[in-house]
Amino acid sequence: MTEGQHLQIILRLGDDALVLGQRLSAWCGHGPILEEDIALSNTALDLIGQARNFYTLASSREDQGRDEDQLAFFRTDKEFQNHLLLEQPNGHFGDTIVRQFFFSAFALERYAFLSRQLVDAEVAGIAAKAVKELQYHWEHAAQWIVRLGDGTTESHEKVQASIDHLWSYTGEFFNADEVDAAGAEAGLLPDLEVMRKAWNASVEACLAQATLTRPEDGWMQRGGKQGIHSEHLSYMLAEMQVLPRTYPDATW
Amino acid sequence: MTDAQRIERVWTMVRTVHDPELPYLTVEEMGMVRGVTMRNNQIVVSLTPTYSGCPATDVISEDVENAVKAVEPEAHVEVVLSPAWTTDWILPSAYEKMRAHGIAPPEGQSADRAFLTGQGKVIPCPRCKSKDTLMVSAFGSTACKAHFKCNACLEPFEHFKCI
Repeated sequence: MTEGQHLQIILRLGDDALVLGQRLSAWCGHGPILEEDIALSNTALDLIGQARNFYTLASSREDQGRDEDQLAFFRTDKEFQNHLLLEQPNGHFGDTIVRQFFFSAFALERYAFLSRQLVDAEVAGIAAKAVKELQYHWEHAAQWIVRLGDGTTESHEKVQASIDHLWSYTGEFFNADEVDAAGAEAGLLPDLEVMRKAWNASVEACLAQATLTRPEDGWMQRGGKQGIHSEHLSYMLAEMQVLPRTYPDATW
Repeated sequence: MTDAQRIERVWTMVRTVHDPELPYLTVEEMGMVRGVTMRNNQIVVSLTPTYSGCPATDVISEDVENAVKAVEPEAHVEVVLSPAWTTDWILPSAYEKMRAHGIAPPEGQSADRAFLTGQGKVIPCPRCKSKDTLMVSAFGSTACKAHFKCNACLEPFEHFKCI
């Protein structure tokens, strides 16, 4: 693992958390019920906090004078390396919950590994905090999957459609590129094949309880980790970045 | 003044800083102060945030820095992420204060995960002490709290999550 790859791994962790955190924060004030509004906003807050920690770490490592805000607000869509799933639009509540469910199952396992690895103590520190937060995110999403799947005919059909639609974005989690392979070899990142098994076990158990059908693994979307995104990310970043790009000296 | 005296004087100031979200508790009682040390003749106060995204963290760092600067103008605050903060570090004195303010304190040790499902662990109502309570949502008004209601006195209350 080169120094550049190490830095890229930290930025990718930050990008995943920031993009999903930004997406979720759009639910603030629009949740279906007050408790859910608060839950989604709290989850967004956790994710944005995790992103800040990774960006601050990356900033101190790369030593280019870019701080956490510059990493978040002054990079273009092609410079973001988040998984494609996370930039997908919020859709209806079921779409949002399925996206959260797929990602949390993955992120919980990944943070658990990161908190135990001995290659990068600072990454381990961030992950040790994040893994506790992700446990809540996972439980919350999984409970909703059961409630919606095993709920009314309409909720079942809607959430099954969300699962079928978003399934093709889940393969990218386990599709190791050079950076993932180098990180795994160095012991910083988990083996993605081991992750795939753990993810399938958690997701399948919950879908079965929810009386939902696990889609067949077919063609899978890819490209996010290489900076090749769906058009949704560009619109999201345009909205997220407009203020600091228009007023670069603004402080808050 | 010896180093030990300077450190003790800084501790005295750190103890005056309260958590902006839980103003009846000090940041020391919250278990957020990891230590006060002397490095190259400069005082460093180490703080550990409770949640990654807790918006109070920046305010707390500023408050601590301002309080400490009254006695040590060169002192600075550093944020330490590892080991991660846990509710096990909250001082016993904080528990009674939480109850007095209508918040059920963390129950048991953070290693016990039963709390997540809202089952297996009874969170007594901080007002009427009834054990007949229900978790409404695992997410409350701040990142560190869950939302409960008491079936006996019918009052809603917050529970400080055990993590």
